[in-house]
Amino acid sequence: MNIHEYQAKQIFRKYYLPTPKGFLANTVHETLKCAKKLGGKKWVLKAQVHTGGRGKAGGIKIAHSLEEVKLYAQELLGMTLITKQTGPDGIVVQKIYIEEGINITYEAYLAITLDRSIEMPVLMGSRDGGVEIEKVAMDNPNSIKKIPIDPSIGFKDFHGRELAFELGIFREDINNFIAFARTLYRIYIEDDAELIEINPLVKTDKNQFLALDGKMGLDDSALFRHNDIEAMRDVSQENEEEQEASRYGLSYIKLDGNVGCMVNGAGLAMATMDIIHYEGGSAANFLDVGGNASATSVAKGFELILKDANVKVIFVNIFAGIVRCDRIAYGILEACKNVDVKVPIVVRLDGTNAFIAAKILKEAHISNIIVATSLEDGAKKAVEASRK
Amino acid sequence: MSILVDKNTKVIVQGFTGKEATFHAQECLKYGTQIVGGVTPYKGGTVHLGLPVFNTVKEAIEATGATVSLLFVPPQNVADAIMEAASCGIELCIAITEGAPVKDIQIAKAYANKNNMKLIGPNCPGIVSADECKLGIMPANIFKKGCVGVISKSGTLTYEATNQVVLAGLGISTAVGIGGDPIIGLSYKELLQMFEEDEATKAIVLIGEIGGTLEIEAAYYIKENITKPVVAFIAGQHAPKGKRMGHAGAIISGGKGTAIEKMEALKACGVTVVLSPAHIGKTVLEVLKI
Repeated sequence: MNIHEYQAKQIFRKYYLPTPKGFLANTVHETLKCAKKLGGKKWVLKAQVHTGGRGKAGGIKIAHSLEEVKLYAQELLGMTLITKQTGPDGIVVQKIYIEEGINITYEAYLAITLDRSIEMPVLMGSRDGGVEIEKVAMDNPNSIKKIPIDPSIGFKDFHGRELAFELGIFREDINNFIAFARTLYRIYIEDDAELIEINPLVKTDKNQFLALDGKMGLDDSALFRHNDIEAMRDVSQENEEEQEASRYGLSYIKLDGNVGCMVNGAGLAMATMDIIHYEGGSAANFLDVGGNASATSVAKGFELILKDANVKVIFVNIFAGIVRCDRIAYGILEACKNVDVKVPIVVRLDGTNAFIAAKILKEAHISNIIVATSLEDGAKKAVEASRK
Repeated sequence: MSILVDKNTKVIVQGFTGKEATFHAQECLKYGTQIVGGVTPYKGGTVHLGLPVFNTVKEAIEATGATVSLLFVPPQNVADAIMEAASCGIELCIAITEGAPVKDIQIAKAYANKNNMKLIGPNCPGIVSADECKLGIMPANIFKKGCVGVISKSGTLTYEATNQVVLAGLGISTAVGIGGDPIIGLSYKELLQMFEEDEATKAIVLIGEIGGTLEIEAAYYIKENITKPVVAFIAGQHAPKGKRMGHAGAIISGGKGTAIEKMEALKACGVTVVLSPAHIGKTVLEVLKI
């Protein structure tokens, strides 16, 4: 799960990790009020949306007067922000986080995440702060220093020193920097974060380190022990169909092809997309019905797939282990009863109770069901149907 | 012959009296697996499926001589159960449960390593040594004994590959589902070495997916250490970047962990890589003929 910048900073403050002063605003009026409350002569207005690359897309504005605050707030609220991560549809800005303007003497990139290849958290730092870190990682990977931290000993001063030297931190600042990095590690561990990214970490003209930006992703599997963070979920930032699917135990991701897919198991679901492409077609979605598929969840899956007007055929590909084919067959029948399925349905059912399922489907006499005998046969028939 | 488990393996089930555990333990017993008891705290002294229930893994080992544990506990208890098994001498622990916090498994795996306990999973379908021992949730009826070893991150793709291998007239020595989480126990490398040393195994099927680097490490390991033919399929060739594809570990992050980079590494290291998941069985047959 991802959270907004303002929420990440709420968490930072709980751990006394320094951040600029700031307030959340939902309207132009509120933004102005917050600016007055903050005082000063410089304010930063930041669109609160779940995407990186906000600055580049025009989602961050620096105002030097209250008139400018008003102007930028009007501009930002309701604007559709289009970044590399949002895709062409973009995302509508509904909230602004307004912060005091900070005078910066130094900036860097600082992050912590799991390095799967060594199975430990790594603290990452780069002098190229404030810019697109993905680009830095591509063009000059050696400029990002990685410090693995063995969780059995946790964060130690030497981890901080090693990174500080790499980042050119002055001797008089080193203890402050180490304290900052230690707190970051503590948040990462205690809140079960997947990633915390501070881009940039800055030093102010008062020699204080501040998290000027904050991005935080949480391990979904650990949310059960973080009710406070779970409550921060902003459903408006998440894909509607994906959320609806998850309520029914389905894992659904929309893609841009025209062969709708309903599969059991994540691996087979990905492989189904692959074989459709291999046979010359393209998948409209990823859909894993999971191990507890019922007639209801299968019917829901059909409904979701058919919401996509591009879909010309549905390929049901089941190799049943825990899930039983007869349940899937009943699901298909229920879907055909409740949802007006106009497109052909290619059905491949193998494994537990496949024989019974075949009988159920045959006896139902549904004209748009095409039976397939194997994965390859099913993919070929689905791709063929998608061309008609 | 087989790897990891055979007809003599004595097994206890952790979380024995739960609904899933009960159903799948029954299926494993039907297959001939020697489940000798189970553990559910506060139910020690009772009998379940005709077998003794213990409060702790330690008691269960002392009373039954089990060396392997099959684990069906809820996600929040997985790490604790793995570490309990490791602390009292279990040699192999198979964690089926999906949805355990990554941080917990990171610590549990490090502790398992320290205690020389092999861990499979979590978030995996388990192991089948055909006609000898089934541990986990794989459907028994698709397995026929033979000479092909399977290592896979995915349950249903293991079934698909097994089915194709059997339809091609071959069979399975052992199939191992290693799990789809970001951190898992035994990986391809260790299992490839076991299949290399197993006399019954003549060819190996490796099924991977997007996310992480385990398949790339496997590729280099195969080049240096494995003489038996390996056929590989990597799922997610057309998966979008930055999206988690069902498995917690199946995500291309920061442009890394794509199917293409894994397929190229495997090819460069002499592995036969199939583009279509429907070609696994027939390709195994071809590499065995060479």
